[in-house]
Amino acid sequence: MFFPISGAHISPIYLVIVGFVIGILGGFFGVGGSFIAGPALRVVGLDWNFAVGTDLAHIVGKSVVAVRQHRAFGNVDLRLGFIMAIGTIAGAEIGAQLIQMLKRAGNVNLVVSIVSIAVYVSISTFMIWESRKTLAAKKPMPTTAKGTKKDHSAFMHVTRAIQRLQLPPMIALPTSGVTISLWIILLVAFVGGLFSGFLGGGAGYIRMPSMVYVLGIPTHLAVGTDLFEIIISASYGTFSHAIKGNVDILIALVMHTGAAIGAQIGAISTQYFAGPKIRLAFVPLPLIGAAIVIYTLMTGHKM
Amino acid sequence: MKKETAKTLRAFLIELAIYAVLVVGYFFLVLHFLGEGLQRLEQNHRYSYAALAIVLMIGQAVLLQNVTTFLLRLIRGRTE
Repeated sequence: MFFPISGAHISPIYLVIVGFVIGILGGFFGVGGSFIAGPALRVVGLDWNFAVGTDLAHIVGKSVVAVRQHRAFGNVDLRLGFIMAIGTIAGAEIGAQLIQMLKRAGNVNLVVSIVSIAVYVSISTFMIWESRKTLAAKKPMPTTAKGTKKDHSAFMHVTRAIQRLQLPPMIALPTSGVTISLWIILLVAFVGGLFSGFLGGGAGYIRMPSMVYVLGIPTHLAVGTDLFEIIISASYGTFSHAIKGNVDILIALVMHTGAAIGAQIGAISTQYFAGPKIRLAFVPLPLIGAAIVIYTLMTGHKM
Repeated sequence: MKKETAKTLRAFLIELAIYAVLVVGYFFLVLHFLGEGLQRLEQNHRYSYAALAIVLMIGQAVLLQNVTTFLLRLIRGRTE
């Protein structure tokens, strides 16, 4: 099928399947799924700048579906989500400007590929260490449909030290059961936004773990809140990329038909797993993304 | 419990089949009626295109979720 905006020929069935898989992962892990969607779009011949922008547009729709589902389970901290959106948008804008600079310099594909591999591998390495240590140290708390939102982590001593930092104003987040400095929330969001604008997607692969390990948000709430925040930041990112000519909305709409149903399945599934198990299951995802980027780098397929 | 799971799975598979048919029809609608117009808008009015892209995405998300919820409720109601 020909998509006139990007000038790409891509099978719609392929796009729907990619969307469906990413929808499940997004609903379950609270991520945009760009570490799969970006490379998956590149593999079929879409340029990185179009892959980044189009993926962001598709993430907006998928996150709307997943958040509505998570909200029904009480997994969304709206106050935290709105605050984070401010930092994320600032970071996303700087990230998008970086992409434009690299486009002008003519080496956008190589730089983005190398940075994404480094980020994906680092996140997976840290999370496998933490979640395995947590699961070995303590029996995970059961999580049922009505289950507890409490969580535990082997990194909790660092999280508590961060929460004790008295940098006013301090923000109380009753839904998450956390009180923390506004500046720390904004910093976490800014870093996530920077990667979102630079690598594409909602950067949930950075923000979801950061919310758990740095802010101390229970995993289920981090998943739901991250998705809510992704709606705002990915909408901004979509707008920003669209005016720069990086979004093929037709591809995004076709992908989303699969993602809409996948996101609901993913969101419902979180109710049957404890926090550390969700984090451990998260580990292979960025590694898959890294493997796809390495493959495309080595084969020279549309780099 | 097993019977309940089998019923849910069956309802879900029927939903998927109906959803797939609806989606194929939707592709033709979207690509034929929106494709050309969106391309023109993208080339000539980038800001309008950017705003419309977000509206389309959110609109489709709400629409498809309502469709899937409705289908599942309908199918489960009929199989019970």
